[in-house]
Amino acid sequence: MSDKSSASANSLKPLERDRHVIRFAGDSGDGIQLQGQQFTVASALSGHDLATLPDFPAEIRAPAGTRYGVSAFQIQFGGDRITTAGDAPDVLIAFNPAALVVNLSHLEPGALIIVDADAFTEQRLKRADLATNPLEDGSLEAYRVCPVDITSLTVQAVKPHGLGSKDSARCKNFYALGLVLWLFDQPREPTMAWIEEKFGRLPDVRDANLTALNAGHAFGETSELSHHLVQSTTPQAPLDSVEYRTVTGAEAIALGLLAAGELADTELMFCSYPITPASSVLHHLAGLEDAGVATFQAEDEIAAVCSAIGASYAGKLGVTSSSGPGIALKGEAIGLAVAAELPLVIVNSQRAGPSTGLPTKTEQSDLYQAVYGRNGDTPIPVVAAKTPGHCFDAAIEAVTLALRHMTPVILLTDGYIANASELWPIPDIDAYPAIPTRKPGPDESGSAFERDPETYARRWAAPGHPGFIHRVGGIEKDVTTGNISYDADNHQAMTDIRQNKVLNVAKFVAPQEMDQGVTGGLAVVAWGSTYGTIYQAVKECLAEGAQVAHIHITQINPLPSNLGEMLAGFHTVLVPELNTGQLATLLKDRLVIDVKQHNKVTGQPLTVTEIKNAIHEHASARLRDVAGD
Amino acid sequence: MSQTQVLSFKDFATDQEVRWCPGCGDYSILKAVQRALADTGASAENTVFVSGIGCSSRLPYYVETYGFHTIHGRAPAVATGVKLANPELDVWLVTGDGDGLSIGGNHLLHVLRRNVNMNILLFNNEIYGLTKGQYSPTSREGTRSPTSPDGSFDNPVIPGSFALGAGASFIARGIDIDQKGLPLLLADAQAHQGTAFIEILQNCIVYNKDVFDDVVAKKQAKETQVQVVHGQPLIYGKDEDKGLRLNTQTLALESVTLGNGITEADLLVHDETNPIIAALLVALAPPMPTAMGIIHRVEKPVFDQAYWEHKPTQRSAKVRDLLRTGNMLDRRNEVSPR
Ligand SMILES: Cc1ncc(C[n+]2csc(CCOP(=O)(O)OP(=O)(O)O)c2C)c(N)n1
Ligand code: SF4
Ligand SMILES: [Mg+2]
Repeated sequence: MSDKSSASANSLKPLERDRHVIRFAGDSGDGIQLQGQQFTVASALSGHDLATLPDFPAEIRAPAGTRYGVSAFQIQFGGDRITTAGDAPDVLIAFNPAALVVNLSHLEPGALIIVDADAFTEQRLKRADLATNPLEDGSLEAYRVCPVDITSLTVQAVKPHGLGSKDSARCKNFYALGLVLWLFDQPREPTMAWIEEKFGRLPDVRDANLTALNAGHAFGETSELSHHLVQSTTPQAPLDSVEYRTVTGAEAIALGLLAAGELADTELMFCSYPITPASSVLHHLAGLEDAGVATFQAEDEIAAVCSAIGASYAGKLGVTSSSGPGIALKGEAIGLAVAAELPLVIVNSQRAGPSTGLPTKTEQSDLYQAVYGRNGDTPIPVVAAKTPGHCFDAAIEAVTLALRHMTPVILLTDGYIANASELWPIPDIDAYPAIPTRKPGPDESGSAFERDPETYARRWAAPGHPGFIHRVGGIEKDVTTGNISYDADNHQAMTDIRQNKVLNVAKFVAPQEMDQGVTGGLAVVAWGSTYGTIYQAVKECLAEGAQVAHIHITQINPLPSNLGEMLAGFHTVLVPELNTGQLATLLKDRLVIDVKQHNKVTGQPLTVTEIKNAIHEHASARLRDVAGD
Repeated sequence: MSQTQVLSFKDFATDQEVRWCPGCGDYSILKAVQRALADTGASAENTVFVSGIGCSSRLPYYVETYGFHTIHGRAPAVATGVKLANPELDVWLVTGDGDGLSIGGNHLLHVLRRNVNMNILLFNNEIYGLTKGQYSPTSREGTRSPTSPDGSFDNPVIPGSFALGAGASFIARGIDIDQKGLPLLLADAQAHQGTAFIEILQNCIVYNKDVFDDVVAKKQAKETQVQVVHGQPLIYGKDEDKGLRLNTQTLALESVTLGNGITEADLLVHDETNPIIAALLVALAPPMPTAMGIIHRVEKPVFDQAYWEHKPTQRSAKVRDLLRTGNMLDRRNEVSPR
């Protein structure tokens, strides 16, 4: 191994800092996501706050060495509150030339780049469309480059285990992970435990991977060949809860649904059809069935929502989950649940559209679909999760609305939240209020269409109960009997009930709060997975003295009743979104206010820098306007 | 919830005015259903009728049990959800030739292949009744309708063949006006463990009047139908003088007249567990006699039973544990709770 980096890098920043942004990048077959996940666990267990961003191509094993086949995993960890995976990595681990070049532009100046030097062959440079070798052509001068012969060192280290050459080389992800764990002084034990569990039945593979991990770690410890490879420690986060774990959004939704079932004393049936990025919720729940959620993989999305509706009709709470294209298929059936007034939770893990769009890339472009996207006057409540951990509370909220108000509810998350993880204080579910349902007691009898005077919710009377035998369906029903009715006044009355039922939800949900900042100036109003980025951007702007606030809406439909009044207290409302302006439209529609927009649809999350720039731009535009008046 | 009294035929009628066209075959089917419910001692609160959309799918409003009139074609999926959520319920699914085989063909396929314990009544009138008479996937070639003014040229599907291909464990065929046979067939369906599929030939008097006359017309019924009975030779004809013989050269059924050296021993004996015999019988069409009765019946694993076998539900204890699994950072020993 040789240190080919330029001398000027010596003057660049040392590695000591209170937070780091690390990006692992390679072919989708290089085990990049696994390395990232293992590093995440180690960071959490060593007491750091963190946020992650998995970023992978739609192909399972995209052609090796190509630029479009690069899979990446980014994590920011450190001692302060971490709410984003970071704008610009200060460490890049690149397993091939393509992984290096596609990520260069994201890096912080002076970033540490560790590359697998073995991968910089003429053939693989060509695969990455490179005419010259970046390790030699001076294009990396602004960085601290540390080439390590990762592949050959791995093969050498695992030789005693007698795997073939291909299998030996596959251990390189653990070699690199060992090195990076050493670099940041993080524990290897969780990864060792993971390897034991995963490969326990293949002792050779298990031992080879353990050896690779340890060899990478030892390489860091003993190698004095690179002055860049200096171990550093990162301060721990001042955590104020006692128990934490890492959680992805998909896991938190699964856990939230389980907890909601417990709080409502109701069993759940989760009916779904696989689609990226929603499948992970089904995968998690399928493994947790002994906790009161039964899963059913239906033949398509229509059957998924319909079987969930059947379950709700029969007295278990039906939940269905998909992404935009699947939600489109469910539209007609959601209307049935509105007409029949049945509880139902529809989870939409949004992805970039239209049509198949970019299945693995994130976007917030299904808000119109959720709020407006059905035939007829068919209002339903819409709730949006804002962080991976918040998916837990958002799921409980969605279940609460569905059961208390006897209505379908859409829960919006997105590919970013579903896959990203964060350090999560484990909630005490005994501290949550019980979720009320409209189930009649076993000895009651009466009409299934008797309504709660506050919520207008009808009784949740299911087959099997002798006191509430009734018929219901998608044809307009008589207000009192539920039988078919084509009566004009009755349709008006039923339409009013459906509308008021959803409007009334605003009376029952928590009022909107300001996440941080001061009134009077500019309000950044947003929803969904942009929370972490906007939080950090507004925090930095506030520290710089700007008159700015962050208001993040989780109750999308109906909007919180105090929101209009709250926004009236700002001279400018700026709405950043990963779409062309859907919340902006909703705010203009419902609150009749003027809003400024910041929109991006690249399939990537917003960055802190771009939000700060947008805040400054709109703040100074306002100053110019006022001066011009 | 125990059933206190045995309900009669009348107890299964609702207070709703029945709104089918006068003379529609659906009236007779409704009667047969109510009769079968009474005869089998069904409990009103534990019985659910789920339907799609179509004239046929209005039936749940007229039966005094729980009922769910859903959306076009999707009733099998809704009914699957109902049955999975509460396997104690007796689930009946009502669908039409359009509802079940056109828009809902996919769901029908999957409910049959899964063998969910329910009864499926497919009212086959070979037409879209509710939307005013367009040809359907079971309409015979040449059917004239508003959307096929010169006669349809689609190849029709045979409902029973479709069901057999989907792996159905019970396939039967009945006739709307057969007030003696149809309730018995429905009772057999109810007794079957798994999906019982019954095609009911139904007369849409307005848009496809008497389309089944070549099969069901009383005066010639004995000649145009063969009642299939498990273990019995396939005999038909008003003098019981005809039968079905398997031609081992062509592997097809042929109609033969008994006598002249042909005896009952030459005829094929119905074996309802044999899917090959079912395939031959279910596809018989004029000028051959049409097969009526239980064409296929086998025992297969029942989906809703297997489903719950794999899903214990000990919620309370588990949920709290799950929250704390995974890669936990437990600081309880380091930090005093505040
Ligand atoms: C999504 C949807 N598409 C179309 C229709 C219109 N539609 C209602 S019933 C029907 C056909 C019904 O035919 P069939 O299932 O044979 O029932 P029948 O009326 O003959 O009993 C159609 C096309 C609808 N209600 N919903
Ligand atoms: S249109 Fe046909 S199927 Fe429908 S009610 Fe009238 S007769 Fe019966
Ligand atoms: Mg029809």
